[in-house]
Amino acid sequence: MNIEQLDFYTQAILSMAALVGLTSFLMLGQGRLLRLIFVFALQGFLLTLTTVLAAYSLDSHHLYISAVLTLLLKVIFIPWMLRRQVLKMAMHRDIEALKNNTVVMMGGASLMVFSYYVLHPIVQSSSVVMLNALAVSLSVMLLGMLLMISHRQAIAHVVGFMSIENGLFFAAIVATNGMPMVVELGIAFDVLVAAVLFGIFFLHIRTSIDSLDVDLLNKLHEVDK
Amino acid sequence: MIAVYLVLLIPLVGILYFALSGHREDTGRMNVRFNGITLLATVWLAINVLNQGTIISTDKAFLIDPFNVYLIVLTAFVGFTTSIFSSPYMAHEKEIGKLSDKRLKLYYSMFQGFMLAMYLVLTTNNMGIMWVAMEGATLATVMLVSLYRTPESIEAAWKYFILCGVGIAQALFGTILLYYAAVQIGDGENALLWSVLYENADKLNPEILNIAFVFLLIGYGTKIGLVPLHNWLPDAHSEGPTPMSAVLSGLLLNDALYAVVRNKMLVDGATDSNMAGYLMMGFGLLSFLVAAILLHRQKDIKRLFSYSSIEHMGLMTFAFGIGGPLATFAALLHMTVHSLTKSAIFVTVGYAAQLAGTQRIDQIRGLIKTQPKIGWGLLIGTISIAGFPPFGVFTSEFLVLLATMHSYPWLTLPLLLGIGIAFAGLFRHIQPMVYGDRPEGQNPIKANLWPVTIHLALVLWLGLAIPGFLAHWFSQATLLISGSTPL
Repeated sequence: MNIEQLDFYTQAILSMAALVGLTSFLMLGQGRLLRLIFVFALQGFLLTLTTVLAAYSLDSHHLYISAVLTLLLKVIFIPWMLRRQVLKMAMHRDIEALKNNTVVMMGGASLMVFSYYVLHPIVQSSSVVMLNALAVSLSVMLLGMLLMISHRQAIAHVVGFMSIENGLFFAAIVATNGMPMVVELGIAFDVLVAAVLFGIFFLHIRTSIDSLDVDLLNKLHEVDK
Repeated sequence: MIAVYLVLLIPLVGILYFALSGHREDTGRMNVRFNGITLLATVWLAINVLNQGTIISTDKAFLIDPFNVYLIVLTAFVGFTTSIFSSPYMAHEKEIGKLSDKRLKLYYSMFQGFMLAMYLVLTTNNMGIMWVAMEGATLATVMLVSLYRTPESIEAAWKYFILCGVGIAQALFGTILLYYAAVQIGDGENALLWSVLYENADKLNPEILNIAFVFLLIGYGTKIGLVPLHNWLPDAHSEGPTPMSAVLSGLLLNDALYAVVRNKMLVDGATDSNMAGYLMMGFGLLSFLVAAILLHRQKDIKRLFSYSSIEHMGLMTFAFGIGGPLATFAALLHMTVHSLTKSAIFVTVGYAAQLAGTQRIDQIRGLIKTQPKIGWGLLIGTISIAGFPPFGVFTSEFLVLLATMHSYPWLTLPLLLGIGIAFAGLFRHIQPMVYGDRPEGQNPIKANLWPVTIHLALVLWLGLAIPGFLAHWFSQATLLISGSTPL
């Protein structure tokens, strides 16, 4: 199947999927926190665009509401909050030396392949486009987890956490044209509360270990030594 | 139908009341009242279900059937008795200067928030809302785990937040896949309703549902505490306030398992293979064995019993995985008795820790000599949870063993081995704590052991004879889940 034969909407969705996937890789290799947050906001913006696109071409009005919610939460509020934390902690000059950067990037690439492998059975019942969209969302989720594993700063963990949400959101928009409205509002509410709680937690962690390096949170063990 | 709205509305009022009201002396008693009224509302709901059978609200947002109705009553009951325990317990914590008034307000507000989330998980008919409520339960309890603000509790809360947050995101992906399969057979806005999905389960695409179930099991499994996703559970239990450990172990784990089983019913309807069952059996057995072994290496009394929770949740997951009527019946019974026993144990553990001034097992000694009530409470609770007859845990474990022998005879051996290891692990720690000489300067404290007595009496009753209406619900639920009745 050639990409030129598809209609405009499908082509646009495919490009969006590629871009969203790309931003995940950009985040993975990013050692500077402010840039990490910027790329995260960019990913949120791409999601907003995708939602607006879907709302426009499918003529479903409730998707406009979720587009606005995404814009407010993922592009404005959360990046703003994280940025403020970084500046307050004066961490914007630090570069986190990532261990095994090459291995992490290779790992990310294999996660992408893995996502395609896992979701391949779907092709039998739906189009290749759907496989692409779902596989990209799954790999955005997995890359978010890899980001959390490979970075040590609590801020990077929150970015990873939220980019997992982004992956989920992308799947919901592209594969199913958005979840039912109540569910979508519920999810947005949860994300908002989670973001606020993260903000409170930064404060607590800072007063407790005087840093946001989560490697220092190591007092509890599975068995006592 | 009004009963359902009441069950959800009362905790909501509770959240706002505790959050907005100024400083008061009787917040603990108010919390008991809120939980008591909710308990009455759930009993009313249960009577309705008993008379009319399954209830679906007119807008199809809520579904009450025999499977969730007993869990709703159980949730309200454990919530009520725990609040009775929590009122003097938290007052004591405040007296010794561990908490301020503001934190106490947060505690009670979030207690109600957690209860609301639990009721919503159980009553909703919408798989998406179920996810939202499950995540809501994490958000409500995360601030409670870090209530004492010690470095350990903050670490535990962070771990809980991140691990459960990421875990439960997998469940959302599973739910999205489920929705994707559902919209292919039509009906957009209602497609996530469980009742609609269940009716059309045979039309759903089996490949997509198989993939979806893997994500749902991993996601909700994190909350059940299945190995290897269990790391948050002992930390959150040991560092949070004890009443929280009681409701986490008694309610949250159960409700997460409930969510998995609801999804499994859909997957079973769509596919011919028993893939979902095998997955649950594997994860369940692994959790059961690993937790039984880890029991031996614990030094903290609350961590000890949280590993025991993982062990029992593993056993239930395993039993639901086997899937026959006998195993399903046993799992439903085990959910009830485990929840009652484990919350009773955490109440006594809370008192024991206050008595000794520490949670370290090697420093808690001579409980029976200091305060016989607490010592005996802990001993009888442990005897019950270890699966001694005539308590209910024995009955359900025995039924699980029978079902295993029937369907997978060679799995009986690891099960028996696990029960033995867990038994030894519990008693090597409990025996010196309960017996032995009273350490100097250890004095009795004010303790109200009525909740413990009632819980253990109920477990004993369930072990001797299951009351008719409960047996009826269990077999109805078994019919719903496994397709035939055990009786």
